[in-house]
Parts: sequence; C-alpha cells; structure tokens
Amino acid sequence: MANAPKFADVKVGDEIPKLVLPPISRHQLALYCGGSGDHNPIHVDIDFAKKFGFKDVFAHGMLSMAFLGRVVTGWVPQKQVRGLGTRFTSITWVGDVITVSGKVTGKREANGEKVVDLEVRCTNQNGQDTLQGHATVALV
Amino acid sequence: MLDKKHIGHKFNAFTATVEAGKIRLFCKAIGEDNPIYSDEKAAKAAGYRAIPAPPTFLTALTNDDPDKGGLLRLLNVDIGLILHGEQHYEYLAPVHVGDRVTCQSQVMDIYDKKGGALWFVVSEAELKDEATGKLVAKARGVTVVRNPNAGKS
Repeated sequence: MANAPKFADVKVGDEIPKLVLPPISRHQLALYCGGSGDHNPIHVDIDFAKKFGFKDVFAHGMLSMAFLGRVVTGWVPQKQVRGLGTRFTSITWVGDVITVSGKVTGKREANGEKVVDLEVRCTNQNGQDTLQGHATVALV
Repeated sequence: MLDKKHIGHKFNAFTATVEAGKIRLFCKAIGEDNPIYSDEKAAKAAGYRAIPAPPTFLTALTNDDPDKGGLLRLLNVDIGLILHGEQHYEYLAPVHVGDRVTCQSQVMDIYDKKGGALWFVVSEAELKDEATGKLVAKARGVTVVRNPNAGKS
C-alpha cells in the first residue's frame, strides 16, 4: 500500500519506483477484452489481426495505460490522482516485457492543492517507448 | 475518407453501474493486486467509502454503451482499421462500486495526416454521477483510422 510521499520532500527529477511486468500473454489480452469491455477482435483473434495486415494480435493500448495507472497508484494513493494521460507511440506485442517508469517533472499549485506533475512511460525489452504519458497527483 | 461533418456530433448518453465483479476482472487482467480493489474492508481502512474504480477503469464504463460501436458506425469505419492514438483522463471526484455514472461522448475534431493515409478522430466524454449530476471525470481520446486506400486512385 502506498504511503504517500510529502510535497516538500519531492524534487523535480525524482524517479518513482518502477514496475517490471511479466511478458504480455494471450491469456492476459483475453482477460482484458472481457474486463475492459473493449471487444475489438484484433487483440484476441489472430485470424482477424492477419486479415487487417498484422503479424499477430497485439495488446490493447488501454491495457498498457492501466500499467501507467499502476505505477502512479504504487507511489501515491489513488484518491490523490488528478490526471492521467498518454500517447500510444508503438504497438505492444504478445511476449513483450514492459517496464513502467515515472519521473517528477514539476511542482505547482492548482485549484488550491499542491500538485506534482510526472512523466510516465512504458518501455519494451528493446528500449523502445510504447507509451509516453503524464500524470498529475496531489500531495500534502 | 472521413467526413468532417461529424465534428460536433453528440452520442446518446447512457448510465453505467460500477460493479465489484467487473473491477475484480479488470484488476486480474492488469495485474493489480492491491486489496482496496477487491476487499471493501481494505478499501474503507484506506479511507475510501467503498471499493474505488482504478484510474483507467473509466474505459470499462464508457465501453458499457448499449449502442456500442456507435463512433465506428457514424464514421463508417471497420474496427480492424482503428488504433488508439491518445487517451487523457481528468479526475474530478472519486468513483466507487455502486455508483451509477452517466456518460456522454461528443466528436470534437476530425483531421488527417500523411495525405489521408491516417485520420484522427478526437472525442471527449463527460462522466457524471447519476444521483447528483456532478461531473466526476472527463475522458479525451484520439482514435487513429488507417486508410488502406490512400494514394490509390
């Protein structure tokens, strides 16, 4: 459970604890299809993926965005998360090993709260970013 | 390939219920094992009024549309041609198990790049607590549509 860091203790450039995930599996994509309600067959049906020019099924972008959520809520309790966003910059394939990382990019006040901005990203085993995102969290 | 006349189109609002079992499955899929997402006692001990919806679980609510696939039907696009370009959430109030959340989406922009090889559709959803009408979150997404016929005449 996250013990929230204190605003005063956090410095721009600080890295938050990383997550290194198990390889993406077909089973995980099936679970995410049902769990998220994103039923696009391109993520679970290899015949369908090939028909549209892909070599295999690939992970839902939103599955990886959930990993960004996990890295942030591993650092601060979820009730302090004010924003989370990302660009999906490359495809995540079955078998990819994703590392999720984050770094403090700014400290400011917004809507009467002290907030910290983070850049967060998912990176595959080849060092290529698959997601380049940002998060905003409130700290006391 | 896509018709910009759809900019501004508003989809029908619908209301989705935040369900504990669905959050459990979602967390299993994403590898989240924090007990606050599965055990009400743990959630309350951590200061939540009930099990909270994980940050990106909002996608499961906006996907709970009885008119699922409405954007693709509006644009006349095959689901095999789309990719997710961007997604951004603004969290204005917590969402918990038992809440009923009214979702309404609107097409904000449509534009192309690479001579029409890729089209971008920006949509924004407002999520409101059904009971109070209070805005709980905003979700902005960019859908990328591949146009396999670009450059062919």
